[in-house]
Amino acid sequence: MDLTLKIWRQANVDEDGKIVNYSISDVSPDMSFLEMMDMHNEQLINKGEDPVAFDHDCREGICGMCSMFINGEAHGPDRLVTTCQLHMRKFKDGDTIVIEPFRANAFPVIKDLAVDRSAFDRIQQAGGFISVNTSGNTQDANAIPIEKHDADKAFDAATCIGCGACVASCKNASAMLFVSAKVSQYSLLPQGKVEATDRVLNMVKQMDEEGFGNCTNTGACEVECPKGISLENVARMNSEYLYASLKG
Amino acid sequence: MIKTSIARKVAMALSGLFLILFLGQHFTINITSVFSEKTFNMLSHFMGNNPLVQFILQPILIFGVIFHFIMGFVLQIKNTKARKQNYESFKGNSNSSWISRNMILSGIVILSFLGLHFYDFWVPEINYKYVEFLPNDPDRYYIELVHKFHSPIRVLIYCLSFVFLGLHLLHGFSSSFQSVGMNNKYTNGIKFLTVAFSIFVPVGFIFIAIFHHLNVVN
Repeated sequence: MDLTLKIWRQANVDEDGKIVNYSISDVSPDMSFLEMMDMHNEQLINKGEDPVAFDHDCREGICGMCSMFINGEAHGPDRLVTTCQLHMRKFKDGDTIVIEPFRANAFPVIKDLAVDRSAFDRIQQAGGFISVNTSGNTQDANAIPIEKHDADKAFDAATCIGCGACVASCKNASAMLFVSAKVSQYSLLPQGKVEATDRVLNMVKQMDEEGFGNCTNTGACEVECPKGISLENVARMNSEYLYASLKG
Repeated sequence: MIKTSIARKVAMALSGLFLILFLGQHFTINITSVFSEKTFNMLSHFMGNNPLVQFILQPILIFGVIFHFIMGFVLQIKNTKARKQNYESFKGNSNSSWISRNMILSGIVILSFLGLHFYDFWVPEINYKYVEFLPNDPDRYYIELVHKFHSPIRVLIYCLSFVFLGLHLLHGFSSSFQSVGMNNKYTNGIKFLTVAFSIFVPVGFIFIAIFHHLNVVN
């Protein structure tokens, strides 16, 4: 396939970026999107140009590092996949592909397509954990009976890989789906209920401080999430937050 | 509490649900004008003279309307600020409905309509009762209503506004329940109710406007 790539190039966080047009030939439909980007970068290096910076790590859809906004959608036109799982067979010969970084004030561009998503780390640090005594007498998790229904929902929430597609897709750059998944995965389980009140208050406070937008329930986040995290988690977080606020 | 993102979202949802309740009540009274002039006059007279409605419910309603609009603009400004650099390519239609992304636009149309509606009915009513202190006439409401729908331009504006109201409700109604933390086995029922209410009530209001316009013309 011969393609035209329109790629966002930005030297660093302080400089303005712009879209730069490139042509690429002989792209195999069996390539992953990132392999196509690797091929493109090789060509740039061979020409003595600066390769395009982009985030990637595991390349099997579990680390949440890849973060491109491809043809107007986070992780591209496919559903329930990350960019690394997107294949070039989703595109046609002669296509023009617009590739941009995930955009939100809370996700500043480091370079080109690589963005700083440490805001998510700080939200996690604000309450996305359970405090356990690890001195050797910790109770075995399997010794605590948990209803299958709750265990399944907690696991579904825990599949969030924190890639930031929810923020990127939301017209308001809201992080509610990510935060609600992290709140839900603990609050649904007995081990997480002890700190549930502080957790939701602290994580929402940190989310607001990071500068994410407000959720208006468009549902774009749920559709674009590579792990299919449900909006049900957002409703759960809302009710937990209300309860926690009233409880003080 | 209102300073956090979730508090703002819940406040928006609750004020919206309150306005939906009011809309249902307003429609119920207005539709009687199609069937019975006497019933419409009786209900309108009750609403216009009952102290509980006039001095407690009406101020709450006005506060609800103003609050909902101000909060809508506040959210819009904050959300726009959350992404300084827009995308070159953004396919919103692939993952969300147009109306869910443009509630501010339908809201502005409804706000403009409310301005006209207040000018048409609320201002003359306040003037009648509290400025000119005219004698109480329980039979005047139907005539005033029909008189307003004489103008085809006004009827057209009303009809267009109700289309936008329907679109606004189509997202806002069920979205309010999500905002207050309700997403469970009743959600499908709420979504059905949302579609039914968003079509039935605006279409009903359009029917009332056209019905009285045609009656006057004939």
